[in-house]
Amino acid sequence: MHELSIVASVVDSVTESVQAYPGSRVLEVRLRIGALASVVVDSLEFCWGIATEGTPLARSRLVVKTVPVVMHCAVCDKDVNLEGVQSFRCPLCDEPSNDLRQGRELEIESFEIDDEINYESCLEKAEATTEKS
Amino acid sequence: MTTRIVELRRSILKKNDELAATLRQRYATDGVLVLNLVSSPGTGKTAFLEPTLRELRARGSRVAALVGDLETDNDARRLAASGAPVRQINTHGICHLDAEMIDKHLAGWEGVELASLDYLFIENVGNLVCPSSYDLGESIRVALLSVTEGEDKPLKYPTLFNSADAAVITKMDIAEPCGFDRDLALKNINQIRPGIRIFETSAKTGSGMEEWLAYLEEMASRRPS
Repeated sequence: MHELSIVASVVDSVTESVQAYPGSRVLEVRLRIGALASVVVDSLEFCWGIATEGTPLARSRLVVKTVPVVMHCAVCDKDVNLEGVQSFRCPLCDEPSNDLRQGRELEIESFEIDDEINYESCLEKAEATTEKS
Repeated sequence: MTTRIVELRRSILKKNDELAATLRQRYATDGVLVLNLVSSPGTGKTAFLEPTLRELRARGSRVAALVGDLETDNDARRLAASGAPVRQINTHGICHLDAEMIDKHLAGWEGVELASLDYLFIENVGNLVCPSSYDLGESIRVALLSVTEGEDKPLKYPTLFNSADAAVITKMDIAEPCGFDRDLALKNINQIRPGIRIFETSAKTGSGMEEWLAYLEEMASRRPS
């Protein structure tokens, strides 16, 4: 239900960051979403087109990487991967634990931009400098 | 075409998380214990808060409540009957409360200073999914479940139950006619959040309320003063 607000936050964040690369177009945005984050990836994708319209992210791809839940087992003294989100017991020794080390992520990992425009403008500048000298 | 990858590694809810951290700091400085109550619609959050506010006030504690709903101020009016200051937050369609709504409603709250409170209760919008992502800076997140909802609710909504600090089972007075399997419910809650404190309550008969109030007082006494 809150996927649209999540997508809107992603669009705001990336729009802000892409200002450092004037003239660039965003091609792809990569998210890391924890298995325990309660976010429906299909809904994110469904909202993506509408939410990115009229922004530097328009027509970009959304790539979502699901991050499994990792808990720390005090008995085994190690971080263990959980198969699902139905039981929070160590798969090795069955000890219950609330010490989660991963799995709640709602993170923008990176985005990919088309750098061509920057490249061309750099060339133009370089040529202009050469002509002057 | 030249492309470039820009690493961001930033929380999607960064704005909310940062504001929640500021609020948490403020609650600590002002010495107020803040609880965020989350459940499905109809679990009985308001009915549970009514005697909670009343009883804490009767014991001399200073309490207030913020209550979130999509529309109407019905819940705020019900809770205000306890004599405690109560403010309604209408989200107009948004399915959860966020830190900004809390910050805004604390700011313009006439006659209420955080520093003069012992407890602030935040009754979230009835929803077991979305509120789990939005930190409100609370000290204690309480997940509520009523006997009419089915014992497998914690298994269906693990994100919320796993992030809770305490669980409350409501409407225990009708557990029997509902065929509520108490042992199974307790087992399921523990499966999702091992070792969590669980309170079995009835707002109608008052059963379990004494234990709940003792827990609140114990948590409040742990605050640095």
